[in-house]
Amino acid sequence: MIAEWVSSIGRGTRESLSNIGYATRSFFAVLRASGVLLRRPRLVTDQIHFIGNYSLVIIAVSGLFVGFVLGLQGYYTLNKYGSEQALGLLVALSLTRELGPVVTALLFAGRAGTSLTAEIGLMKAGEQLSAMEMMAVDPLRRVVAPRFWAGVIAMPLLAAIFSALGVLGGYIVGVQLIGVDEGAFWSQMQAGVDIWQDIANGVLKSIVFGFAVTFVAVFQGYEAQPTPEGVSRATTRTVVIASLGVLALDFLLTALMFH
Amino acid sequence: MPNLVEIRDLHFSYGERPILSGLRMDFARGKVVAVMGGSGSGKTTILRLIGGQLRPQSGTIRVNGDIVNTLDSRRLYALRRKMGMLFQHGALFTDLTVFENVAFPLREHTNLPEDLIRSLVLMKLQAVGLRNAAQLKPAEISGGMARRVALARAVALDPELIMYDEPFAGLDPISMGVTANLIRRLNDALGSTSILVSHDVHESFAIADYVYFLSQGAIVAQGTPAELMASADPYVKQFVHAEADGPVPFHYPGHSLAEDLGLEVQS
Repeated sequence: MIAEWVSSIGRGTRESLSNIGYATRSFFAVLRASGVLLRRPRLVTDQIHFIGNYSLVIIAVSGLFVGFVLGLQGYYTLNKYGSEQALGLLVALSLTRELGPVVTALLFAGRAGTSLTAEIGLMKAGEQLSAMEMMAVDPLRRVVAPRFWAGVIAMPLLAAIFSALGVLGGYIVGVQLIGVDEGAFWSQMQAGVDIWQDIANGVLKSIVFGFAVTFVAVFQGYEAQPTPEGVSRATTRTVVIASLGVLALDFLLTALMFH
Repeated sequence: MPNLVEIRDLHFSYGERPILSGLRMDFARGKVVAVMGGSGSGKTTILRLIGGQLRPQSGTIRVNGDIVNTLDSRRLYALRRKMGMLFQHGALFTDLTVFENVAFPLREHTNLPEDLIRSLVLMKLQAVGLRNAAQLKPAEISGGMARRVALARAVALDPELIMYDEPFAGLDPISMGVTANLIRRLNDALGSTSILVSHDVHESFAIADYVYFLSQGAIVAQGTPAELMASADPYVKQFVHAEADGPVPFHYPGHSLAEDLGLEVQS
Protein backbone atom coordinates (compact mmCIF):
# COMPACT_ATOMS: atom_id res chain seq x y z
CA MET A 1 0.00 0.00 0.00
CA ILE A 2 2.73 2.45 1.04
CA ALA A 3 4.95 1.19 -1.78
CA GLU A 4 2.15 1.91 -4.28
CA TRP A 5 1.66 5.37 -2.85
CA VAL A 6 5.38 6.18 -3.04
CA SER A 7 5.56 4.77 -6.55
CA SER A 8 2.57 6.86 -7.67
CA ILE A 9 4.21 10.01 -6.28
CA GLY A 10 7.42 9.10 -8.12
CA ARG A 11 5.52 8.45 -11.34
CA GLY A 12 3.59 11.71 -11.03
CA THR A 13 6.76 13.71 -10.37
CA ARG A 14 8.55 12.12 -13.29
CA GLU A 15 5.60 12.79 -15.62
CA SER A 16 5.33 16.40 -14.44
CA LEU A 17 9.04 17.02 -15.00
CA SER A 18 8.86 15.37 -18.39
CA ASN A 19 5.83 17.54 -19.36
CA ILE A 20 7.59 20.70 -18.19
CA GLY A 21 10.70 19.72 -20.16
CA TYR A 22 8.64 19.01 -23.27
CA ALA A 23 6.76 22.32 -22.96
CA THR A 24 10.06 24.19 -22.57
CA ARG A 25 11.48 22.54 -25.68
CA SER A 26 8.29 23.42 -27.55
CA PHE A 27 8.57 27.03 -26.37
CA PHE A 28 12.06 27.31 -27.86
CA ALA A 29 10.88 25.53 -31.01
CA VAL A 30 8.20 28.24 -31.43
CA LEU A 31 10.83 30.95 -30.93
CA ARG A 32 13.09 29.28 -33.50
CA ALA A 33 10.18 29.07 -35.95
CA SER A 34 9.53 32.82 -35.62
CA GLY A 35 12.22 34.06 -38.01
CA VAL A 36 9.89 33.77 -40.98
CA LEU A 37 7.63 36.43 -39.45
CA LEU A 38 10.22 39.13 -40.10
CA ARG A 39 9.91 38.36 -43.81
CA ARG A 40 6.13 37.95 -43.67
CA PRO A 41 4.83 40.33 -40.97
CA ARG A 42 1.37 40.12 -42.52
CA LEU A 43 0.93 36.68 -40.89
CA VAL A 44 1.22 38.34 -37.46
CA THR A 45 -0.78 41.49 -38.22
CA ASP A 46 -3.70 39.37 -39.49
CA GLN A 47 -3.67 37.44 -36.21
CA ILE A 48 -3.36 40.62 -34.11
CA HIS A 49 -6.49 41.83 -35.86
CA PHE A 50 -8.23 38.52 -35.22
CA ILE A 51 -7.14 38.02 -31.60
CA GLY A 52 -6.99 41.66 -30.49
CA ASN A 53 -10.10 42.89 -32.22
CA TYR A 54 -12.28 40.04 -31.00
CA SER A 55 -11.13 40.54 -27.40
CA LEU A 56 -11.54 44.32 -27.54
CA VAL A 57 -15.21 44.57 -26.57
CA ILE A 58 -14.99 42.31 -23.53
CA ILE A 59 -11.77 44.02 -22.39
CA ALA A 60 -13.21 47.52 -22.86
CA VAL A 61 -16.50 46.80 -21.10
CA SER A 62 -14.74 44.98 -18.25
CA GLY A 63 -12.24 47.83 -17.84
CA LEU A 64 -15.04 50.35 -17.59
CA PHE A 65 -16.96 48.34 -14.97
CA VAL A 66 -13.84 47.59 -12.93
CA GLY A 67 -13.23 51.37 -12.96
CA PHE A 68 -16.81 51.99 -11.75
CA VAL A 69 -16.34 49.56 -8.88
CA LEU A 70 -12.91 50.96 -7.98
CA GLY A 71 -14.42 54.47 -7.96
CA LEU A 72 -17.18 53.38 -5.58
CA GLN A 73 -15.14 51.16 -3.26
CA GLY A 74 -12.22 53.60 -3.25
CA TYR A 75 -14.51 56.47 -2.35
CA TYR A 76 -16.21 54.54 0.51
CA THR A 77 -12.83 53.63 2.01
CA LEU A 78 -10.99 56.94 1.48
CA ASN A 79 -13.98 58.93 2.68
CA LYS A 80 -13.66 57.33 6.13
CA TYR A 81 -10.23 58.95 6.45
CA GLY A 82 -11.15 62.19 4.70
CA SER A 83 -8.82 61.33 1.82
CA GLU A 84 -11.29 61.08 -1.06
CA GLN A 85 -9.08 63.55 -2.96
CA ALA A 86 -6.67 60.62 -3.49
CA LEU A 87 -9.32 58.62 -5.37
CA GLY A 88 -7.71 59.31 -8.77
CA LEU A 89 -4.35 58.04 -7.50
CA LEU A 90 -5.89 54.90 -5.99
CA VAL A 91 -7.79 54.07 -9.18
CA ALA A 92 -4.79 54.68 -11.44
CA LEU A 93 -2.29 52.75 -9.31
CA SER A 94 -4.66 49.80 -8.83
CA LEU A 95 -5.22 49.60 -12.56
CA THR A 96 -1.73 50.18 -13.93
CA ARG A 97 0.10 48.02 -11.37
CA GLU A 98 -2.32 45.12 -10.90
CA LEU A 99 -5.82 45.02 -12.26
CA GLY A 100 -5.03 46.14 -15.80
CA PRO A 101 -2.43 43.46 -16.58
CA VAL A 102 -3.97 40.68 -14.44
CA VAL A 103 -7.66 41.01 -15.33
CA THR A 104 -6.80 41.55 -19.01
CA ALA A 105 -4.69 38.38 -18.98
CA LEU A 106 -7.49 36.38 -17.30
CA LEU A 107 -10.09 37.68 -19.76
CA PHE A 108 -7.68 37.12 -22.65
CA ALA A 109 -7.18 33.50 -21.54
CA GLY A 110 -10.95 32.99 -21.49
CA ARG A 111 -11.71 34.77 -24.74
CA ALA A 112 -8.74 34.58 -27.14
CA GLY A 113 -6.83 31.73 -25.43
CA THR A 114 -9.68 29.24 -25.69
CA SER A 115 -10.33 30.32 -29.25
CA LEU A 116 -6.67 29.76 -30.18
CA THR A 117 -6.58 26.32 -28.55
CA ALA A 118 -9.81 25.21 -30.18
CA GLU A 119 -8.79 26.56 -33.59
CA ILE A 120 -5.39 24.84 -33.63
CA GLY A 121 -6.82 21.67 -32.04
CA LEU A 122 -9.57 21.45 -34.65
CA MET A 123 -7.07 22.10 -37.44
CA LYS A 124 -5.12 19.13 -36.09
CA ALA A 125 -8.25 16.97 -35.79
CA GLY A 126 -9.24 17.86 -39.38
CA GLU A 127 -5.75 16.85 -40.61
CA GLN A 128 -5.12 20.44 -41.74
CA LEU A 129 -1.78 20.52 -39.92
CA SER A 130 -0.80 17.18 -41.48
CA ALA A 131 -1.82 18.50 -44.90
CA MET A 132 0.35 21.55 -44.31
CA GLU A 133 3.33 19.35 -43.39
CA MET A 134 2.83 17.32 -46.54
CA MET A 135 2.83 20.56 -48.54
CA ALA A 136 6.29 21.22 -47.03
CA VAL A 137 4.90 24.03 -44.90
CA ASP A 138 5.87 23.84 -41.22
CA PRO A 139 2.74 24.38 -39.08
CA LEU A 140 4.90 25.77 -36.28
CA ARG A 141 5.99 28.60 -38.59
CA ARG A 142 2.74 29.11 -40.47
CA VAL A 143 0.12 28.55 -37.75
CA VAL A 144 1.63 28.53 -34.25
CA ALA A 145 4.32 31.25 -34.34
CA PRO A 146 2.13 34.01 -35.89
CA ARG A 147 -0.62 33.38 -33.33
CA PHE A 148 1.87 33.29 -30.48
CA TRP A 149 3.47 36.63 -31.37
CA ALA A 150 0.08 38.19 -32.08
CA GLY A 151 -0.98 37.31 -28.53
CA VAL A 152 2.26 38.66 -27.06
CA ILE A 153 1.81 41.97 -28.92
CA ALA A 154 -1.95 42.25 -28.34
CA MET A 155 -1.80 41.67 -24.57
CA PRO A 156 -0.08 44.95 -23.47
CA LEU A 157 -2.23 46.92 -25.92
CA LEU A 158 -5.40 45.41 -24.49
CA ALA A 159 -4.13 45.96 -20.93
CA ALA A 160 -3.50 49.64 -21.76
CA ILE A 161 -7.05 49.97 -23.11
CA PHE A 162 -8.38 48.20 -20.00
CA SER A 163 -6.51 50.57 -17.67
CA ALA A 164 -7.46 53.69 -19.64
CA LEU A 165 -11.14 52.79 -19.61
CA GLY A 166 -10.87 51.81 -15.94
CA VAL A 167 -9.55 55.29 -15.12
CA LEU A 168 -12.42 56.74 -17.14
CA GLY A 169 -14.86 54.54 -15.17
CA GLY A 170 -13.37 55.71 -11.86
CA TYR A 171 -13.68 59.33 -13.06
CA ILE A 172 -17.33 58.89 -14.10
CA VAL A 173 -18.34 57.39 -10.74
CA GLY A 174 -15.99 59.35 -8.46
CA VAL A 175 -16.15 62.80 -10.04
CA GLN A 176 -19.32 62.91 -12.13
CA LEU A 177 -21.66 60.88 -9.90
CA ILE A 178 -20.26 61.22 -6.35
CA GLY A 179 -18.74 64.67 -6.71
CA VAL A 180 -15.08 64.24 -5.81
CA ASP A 181 -13.12 67.35 -6.84
CA GLU A 182 -12.09 66.97 -10.49
CA GLY A 183 -8.82 68.90 -10.12
CA ALA A 184 -7.74 66.80 -7.14
CA PHE A 185 -8.71 63.58 -8.93
CA TRP A 186 -6.44 64.27 -11.92
CA SER A 187 -3.61 66.20 -10.17
CA GLN A 188 -3.10 63.55 -7.47
CA MET A 189 -3.03 60.91 -10.17
CA GLN A 190 -0.50 62.90 -12.20
CA ALA A 191 1.72 63.54 -9.19
CA GLY A 192 1.57 60.03 -7.73
CA VAL A 193 1.86 57.77 -10.75
CA ASP A 194 5.42 57.17 -11.87
CA ILE A 195 5.94 56.36 -15.52
CA TRP A 196 8.68 53.80 -14.85
CA GLN A 197 7.80 52.37 -11.47
CA ASP A 198 4.08 52.03 -12.12
CA ILE A 199 3.25 52.18 -15.81
CA ALA A 200 6.37 50.51 -17.28
CA ASN A 201 6.24 47.73 -14.69
CA GLY A 202 2.55 47.21 -15.49
CA VAL A 203 3.36 47.00 -19.21
CA LEU A 204 6.19 44.56 -18.47
CA LYS A 205 3.79 42.41 -16.47
CA SER A 206 1.33 42.30 -19.32
CA ILE A 207 4.08 41.34 -21.79
CA VAL A 208 5.11 38.45 -19.52
CA PHE A 209 1.44 37.42 -19.21
CA GLY A 210 1.17 37.67 -22.99
CA PHE A 211 4.01 35.17 -23.39
CA ALA A 212 2.56 32.83 -20.76
CA VAL A 213 -1.11 32.84 -21.76
CA THR A 214 -0.58 32.70 -25.51
CA PHE A 215 2.05 29.98 -25.27
CA VAL A 216 -0.22 27.85 -23.07
CA ALA A 217 -3.07 28.35 -25.56
CA VAL A 218 -1.12 27.46 -28.72
CA PHE A 219 0.75 24.61 -27.01
CA GLN A 220 -2.45 23.03 -25.72
CA GLY A 221 -4.04 23.31 -29.17
CA TYR A 222 -0.99 21.88 -30.94
CA GLU A 223 -0.69 18.98 -28.49
CA ALA A 224 -4.43 18.28 -28.22
CA GLN A 225 -5.69 14.78 -28.90
CA PRO A 226 -7.28 15.08 -32.38
CA THR A 227 -10.77 14.18 -31.20
CA PRO A 228 -13.75 16.28 -30.01
CA GLU A 229 -13.07 15.24 -26.38
CA GLY A 230 -9.35 15.94 -26.80
CA VAL A 231 -9.97 19.47 -28.09
CA SER A 232 -12.52 20.09 -25.35
CA ARG A 233 -10.06 18.95 -22.65
CA ALA A 234 -7.27 21.06 -24.16
CA THR A 235 -9.51 24.15 -24.14
CA THR A 236 -10.33 23.62 -20.48
CA ARG A 237 -6.66 23.10 -19.65
CA THR A 238 -5.81 26.39 -21.38
CA VAL A 239 -8.11 28.37 -19.07
CA VAL A 240 -7.00 26.56 -15.92
CA ILE A 241 -3.24 26.57 -16.56
CA ALA A 242 -3.13 30.08 -18.05
CA SER A 243 -5.20 31.61 -15.23
CA LEU A 244 -3.22 29.95 -12.45
CA GLY A 245 0.00 30.78 -14.26
CA VAL A 246 -0.95 34.45 -14.51
CA LEU A 247 -1.76 34.66 -10.79
CA ALA A 248 1.48 32.90 -9.80
CA LEU A 249 3.57 35.05 -12.15
CA ASP A 250 1.83 38.16 -10.85
CA PHE A 251 2.87 37.35 -7.30
CA LEU A 252 6.44 36.72 -8.41
CA LEU A 253 6.66 39.87 -10.54
CA THR A 254 5.06 42.04 -7.88
CA ALA A 255 7.58 40.81 -5.33
CA LEU A 256 10.43 41.61 -7.71
CA MET A 257 9.13 44.97 -8.95
CA PHE A 258 7.61 46.75 -5.99
CA HIS A 259 9.84 45.94 -3.01
CA MET B 1 16.58 4.41 -61.02
CA PRO B 2 13.38 2.96 -62.52
CA ASN B 3 11.44 3.17 -59.27
CA LEU B 4 10.55 6.52 -57.75
CA VAL B 5 9.68 4.87 -54.42
CA GLU B 6 11.18 1.70 -52.99
CA ILE B 7 10.25 0.13 -49.67
CA ARG B 8 12.48 -2.58 -48.22
CA ASP B 9 11.96 -4.81 -45.19
CA LEU B 10 9.74 -2.24 -43.51
CA HIS B 11 8.48 -2.84 -39.98
CA PHE B 12 6.20 -0.37 -38.23
CA SER B 13 4.16 -0.60 -35.06
CA TYR B 14 2.15 1.73 -32.85
CA GLY B 15 3.59 0.90 -29.44
CA GLU B 16 3.21 -2.85 -28.99
CA ARG B 17 0.71 -3.19 -31.86
CA PRO B 18 2.40 -4.20 -35.14
CA ILE B 19 0.93 -2.47 -38.21
CA LEU B 20 3.33 -3.35 -41.05
CA SER B 21 5.81 -6.20 -41.12
CA GLY B 22 8.52 -7.06 -43.63
CA LEU B 23 7.06 -4.92 -46.40
CA ARG B 24 8.77 -4.77 -49.80
CA MET B 25 7.15 -2.58 -52.45
CA ASP B 26 8.23 -0.81 -55.64
CA PHE B 27 6.48 2.16 -57.24
CA ALA B 28 7.74 2.57 -60.79
CA ARG B 29 8.14 6.05 -62.27
CA GLY B 30 5.23 7.25 -64.36
CA LYS B 31 2.89 4.51 -63.16
CA VAL B 32 -0.32 4.48 -61.13
CA VAL B 33 0.07 1.89 -58.39
CA ALA B 34 -2.90 0.93 -56.24
CA VAL B 35 -2.54 -0.29 -52.66
CA MET B 36 -5.67 -2.18 -51.66
CA GLY B 37 -6.84 -4.02 -48.61
CA GLY B 38 -9.45 -4.07 -45.89
CA SER B 39 -9.89 -1.44 -43.21
CA GLY B 40 -7.02 -1.42 -40.72
CA SER B 41 -4.66 -3.26 -43.06
CA GLY B 42 -2.09 -0.44 -42.87
CA LYS B 43 -2.67 1.25 -46.26
CA THR B 44 -2.80 4.85 -45.01
CA THR B 45 0.19 4.17 -42.74
CA ILE B 46 2.25 3.38 -45.84
CA LEU B 47 1.43 6.82 -47.30
CA ARG B 48 2.37 8.52 -44.04
CA LEU B 49 5.65 6.61 -43.93
CA ILE B 50 6.48 7.59 -47.52
CA GLY B 51 5.66 11.24 -46.66
CA GLY B 52 7.94 11.07 -43.61
CA GLN B 53 5.14 11.82 -41.14
CA LEU B 54 5.83 8.51 -39.41
CA ARG B 55 9.17 6.78 -38.87
CA PRO B 56 9.46 2.99 -39.11
CA GLN B 57 11.09 0.83 -36.44
CA SER B 58 13.27 -0.76 -39.13
CA GLY B 59 13.65 -0.95 -42.90
CA THR B 60 14.05 1.76 -45.54
CA ILE B 61 11.76 3.95 -47.62
CA ARG B 62 13.62 5.43 -50.57
CA VAL B 63 12.01 8.27 -52.53
CA ASN B 64 13.89 9.54 -55.57
CA GLY B 65 17.10 8.13 -54.09
CA ASP B 66 16.68 9.70 -50.63
CA ILE B 67 16.04 7.47 -47.63
CA VAL B 68 13.04 9.26 -46.13
CA ASN B 69 13.35 7.82 -42.64
CA THR B 70 16.88 9.17 -42.16
CA LEU B 71 16.38 12.70 -43.51
CA ASP B 72 16.57 15.70 -41.18
CA SER B 73 13.57 17.99 -41.19
CA ARG B 74 15.07 20.53 -43.65
CA ARG B 75 15.77 17.87 -46.28
CA LEU B 76 12.47 16.15 -45.57
CA TYR B 77 10.60 19.40 -46.28
CA ALA B 78 12.65 19.85 -49.47
CA LEU B 79 11.62 16.34 -50.57
CA ARG B 80 7.97 16.99 -49.73
CA ARG B 81 7.91 19.87 -52.21
CA LYS B 82 8.01 17.19 -54.88
CA MET B 83 5.05 15.35 -53.34
CA GLY B 84 1.33 15.96 -53.33
CA MET B 85 -1.09 14.19 -51.06
CA LEU B 86 -4.84 13.94 -51.15
CA PHE B 87 -6.13 13.26 -47.63
CA GLN B 88 -9.07 10.96 -46.99
CA HIS B 89 -11.37 13.79 -45.87
CA GLY B 90 -9.78 16.52 -47.97
CA ALA B 91 -8.19 18.39 -45.03
CA LEU B 92 -9.04 21.73 -46.61
CA PHE B 93 -8.23 24.86 -44.62
CA THR B 94 -11.65 25.82 -43.34
CA ASP B 95 -10.83 29.52 -42.92
CA LEU B 96 -9.85 29.90 -46.59
CA THR B 97 -11.99 29.87 -49.71
CA VAL B 98 -11.75 27.10 -52.28
CA PHE B 99 -9.60 29.42 -54.42
CA GLU B 100 -7.24 30.26 -51.56
CA ASN B 101 -6.92 26.59 -50.61
CA VAL B 102 -5.64 25.71 -54.07
CA ALA B 103 -3.48 28.85 -54.16
CA PHE B 104 -1.93 28.02 -50.76
CA PRO B 105 1.03 25.88 -51.94
CA LEU B 106 1.70 28.32 -54.80
CA ARG B 107 1.80 31.28 -52.42
CA GLU B 108 3.97 29.41 -49.90
CA HIS B 109 6.55 28.04 -52.31
CA THR B 110 6.69 30.43 -55.27
CA ASN B 111 6.95 34.15 -55.94
CA LEU B 112 4.59 34.04 -58.89
CA PRO B 113 2.65 37.23 -59.67
CA GLU B 114 -0.95 37.32 -58.54
CA ASP B 115 -2.47 37.14 -62.05
CA LEU B 116 -0.45 34.00 -62.84
CA ILE B 117 -1.49 32.38 -59.54
CA ARG B 118 -5.09 33.20 -60.42
CA SER B 119 -4.78 31.59 -63.86
CA LEU B 120 -3.09 28.45 -62.45
CA VAL B 121 -5.67 28.03 -59.68
CA LEU B 122 -8.59 28.48 -62.07
CA MET B 123 -7.08 25.88 -64.43
CA LYS B 124 -6.70 23.38 -61.59
CA LEU B 125 -10.25 24.05 -60.43
CA GLN B 126 -11.52 23.72 -64.01
CA ALA B 127 -9.90 20.26 -64.14
CA VAL B 128 -11.91 19.13 -61.10
CA GLY B 129 -15.09 20.87 -62.28
CA LEU B 130 -15.23 23.44 -59.49
CA ARG B 131 -14.05 26.68 -61.11
CA ASN B 132 -17.38 28.31 -60.33
CA ALA B 133 -17.12 27.31 -56.67
CA ALA B 134 -13.84 29.21 -56.28
CA GLN B 135 -15.21 31.80 -53.87
CA LEU B 136 -17.08 29.35 -51.61
CA LYS B 137 -15.80 28.27 -48.21
CA PRO B 138 -15.22 24.53 -47.52
CA ALA B 139 -18.28 24.54 -45.23
CA GLU B 140 -20.44 25.54 -48.21
CA ILE B 141 -19.52 22.57 -50.42
CA SER B 142 -20.22 18.84 -50.09
CA GLY B 143 -17.68 16.27 -48.85
CA GLY B 144 -17.17 14.94 -52.38
CA MET B 145 -16.55 18.44 -53.72
CA ALA B 146 -14.12 19.11 -50.87
CA ARG B 147 -12.10 16.09 -51.93
CA ARG B 148 -12.02 17.34 -55.51
CA VAL B 149 -10.74 20.71 -54.28
CA ALA B 150 -8.13 18.87 -52.23
CA LEU B 151 -7.13 17.00 -55.38
CA ALA B 152 -6.65 20.32 -57.20
CA ARG B 153 -4.56 21.55 -54.25
CA ALA B 154 -2.47 18.35 -54.16
CA VAL B 155 -1.42 18.83 -57.79
CA ALA B 156 -1.06 22.63 -57.64
CA LEU B 157 2.74 22.42 -57.82
CA ASP B 158 2.76 19.60 -60.42
CA PRO B 159 4.46 17.12 -58.04
CA GLU B 160 6.55 14.13 -59.10
CA LEU B 161 4.77 11.87 -56.64
CA ILE B 162 1.05 12.10 -55.91
CA MET B 163 -0.46 10.06 -53.09
CA TYR B 164 -4.21 9.55 -52.91
CA ASP B 165 -5.80 8.31 -49.69
CA GLU B 166 -9.23 6.86 -50.50
CA PRO B 167 -10.01 9.32 -53.31
CA PHE B 168 -13.28 7.57 -54.23
CA ALA B 169 -14.85 7.24 -50.78
CA GLY B 170 -18.18 9.01 -50.55
CA LEU B 171 -18.25 10.18 -54.18
CA ASP B 172 -21.34 9.82 -56.35
CA PRO B 173 -20.92 7.51 -59.40
CA ILE B 174 -20.40 10.40 -61.83
CA SER B 175 -17.76 12.11 -59.67
CA MET B 176 -16.12 8.74 -59.01
CA GLY B 177 -15.63 7.99 -62.70
CA VAL B 178 -14.50 11.55 -63.44
CA THR B 179 -12.06 11.50 -60.50
CA ALA B 180 -10.60 8.14 -61.55
CA ASN B 181 -10.02 9.39 -65.09
CA LEU B 182 -8.60 12.63 -63.73
CA ILE B 183 -6.06 10.74 -61.59
CA ARG B 184 -4.94 8.77 -64.63
CA ARG B 185 -4.82 11.83 -66.93
CA LEU B 186 -3.00 13.97 -64.36
CA ASN B 187 -0.44 11.24 -63.84
CA ASP B 188 0.20 10.91 -67.57
CA ALA B 189 0.13 14.64 -68.32
CA LEU B 190 2.49 15.58 -65.46
CA GLY B 191 4.70 12.52 -65.97
CA SER B 192 4.37 11.85 -62.26
CA THR B 193 3.97 8.68 -60.21
CA SER B 194 0.74 8.02 -58.35
CA ILE B 195 0.08 5.86 -55.31
CA LEU B 196 -3.59 5.13 -54.90
CA VAL B 197 -4.89 3.78 -51.61
CA SER B 198 -8.43 2.57 -52.09
CA HIS B 199 -11.09 -0.03 -51.35
CA ASP B 200 -12.81 0.50 -54.65
CA VAL B 201 -11.89 -2.45 -56.87
CA HIS B 202 -13.71 -1.32 -60.02
CA GLU B 203 -12.29 2.20 -60.26
CA SER B 204 -8.82 1.26 -59.01
CA PHE B 205 -8.44 -1.64 -61.44
CA ALA B 206 -9.61 0.61 -64.28
CA ILE B 207 -6.75 3.10 -63.86
CA ALA B 208 -3.94 1.28 -62.02
CA ASP B 209 -0.90 -0.20 -63.76
CA TYR B 210 -0.02 -2.39 -60.80
CA VAL B 211 -1.82 -3.41 -57.61
CA TYR B 212 -0.66 -4.50 -54.16
CA PHE B 213 -3.06 -6.30 -51.85
CA LEU B 214 -2.38 -5.82 -48.17
CA SER B 215 -3.74 -7.80 -45.25
CA GLN B 216 -2.76 -7.42 -41.60
CA GLY B 217 0.29 -5.38 -42.51
CA ALA B 218 1.78 -7.72 -45.12
CA ILE B 219 1.54 -8.03 -48.90
CA VAL B 220 -0.69 -11.00 -49.73
CA ALA B 221 -0.92 -10.54 -53.49
CA GLN B 222 0.39 -8.29 -56.23
CA GLY B 223 0.22 -7.95 -59.99
CA THR B 224 -1.43 -6.09 -62.82
CA PRO B 225 -5.21 -5.67 -62.61
CA ALA B 226 -5.67 -8.30 -65.33
CA GLU B 227 -3.51 -10.82 -63.45
CA LEU B 228 -5.39 -10.22 -60.22
CA MET B 229 -8.81 -10.48 -61.87
CA ALA B 230 -7.78 -13.93 -63.09
CA SER B 231 -6.13 -14.91 -59.80
CA ALA B 232 -7.26 -17.99 -57.94
CA ASP B 233 -5.74 -16.72 -54.69
CA PRO B 234 -8.50 -16.98 -52.06
CA TYR B 235 -7.72 -13.56 -50.56
CA VAL B 236 -7.80 -11.81 -53.95
CA LYS B 237 -10.96 -13.64 -54.97
CA GLN B 238 -12.72 -12.69 -51.76
CA PHE B 239 -11.74 -9.02 -52.04
CA VAL B 240 -12.29 -8.59 -55.79
CA HIS B 241 -15.64 -10.33 -55.76
CA ALA B 242 -16.72 -8.88 -52.37
CA GLU B 243 -17.42 -12.32 -50.86
CA ALA B 244 -18.36 -12.64 -47.17
CA ASP B 245 -16.59 -15.99 -46.74
CA GLY B 246 -12.87 -16.26 -47.19
CA PRO B 247 -9.54 -15.73 -45.48
CA VAL B 248 -10.38 -12.17 -44.44
CA PRO B 249 -12.39 -12.36 -41.21
CA PHE B 250 -15.38 -9.99 -41.02
CA HIS B 251 -15.52 -10.15 -37.21
CA TYR B 252 -12.90 -8.66 -34.94
CA PRO B 253 -10.99 -11.58 -33.38
CA GLY B 254 -12.14 -12.72 -29.92
CA HIS B 255 -14.83 -14.83 -28.28
CA SER B 256 -17.65 -16.29 -30.35
CA LEU B 257 -21.20 -14.94 -30.04
CA ALA B 258 -22.29 -18.23 -28.41
CA GLU B 259 -19.60 -17.83 -25.77
CA ASP B 260 -20.64 -14.25 -25.03
CA LEU B 261 -24.28 -15.32 -24.74
CA GLY B 262 -23.29 -18.06 -22.30
CA LEU B 263 -24.33 -20.88 -24.64
CA GLU B 264 -20.80 -22.30 -24.76
CA VAL B 265 -18.05 -22.47 -22.20
CA GLN B 266 -15.20 -20.06 -23.03
CA SER B 267 -12.05 -21.96 -23.91
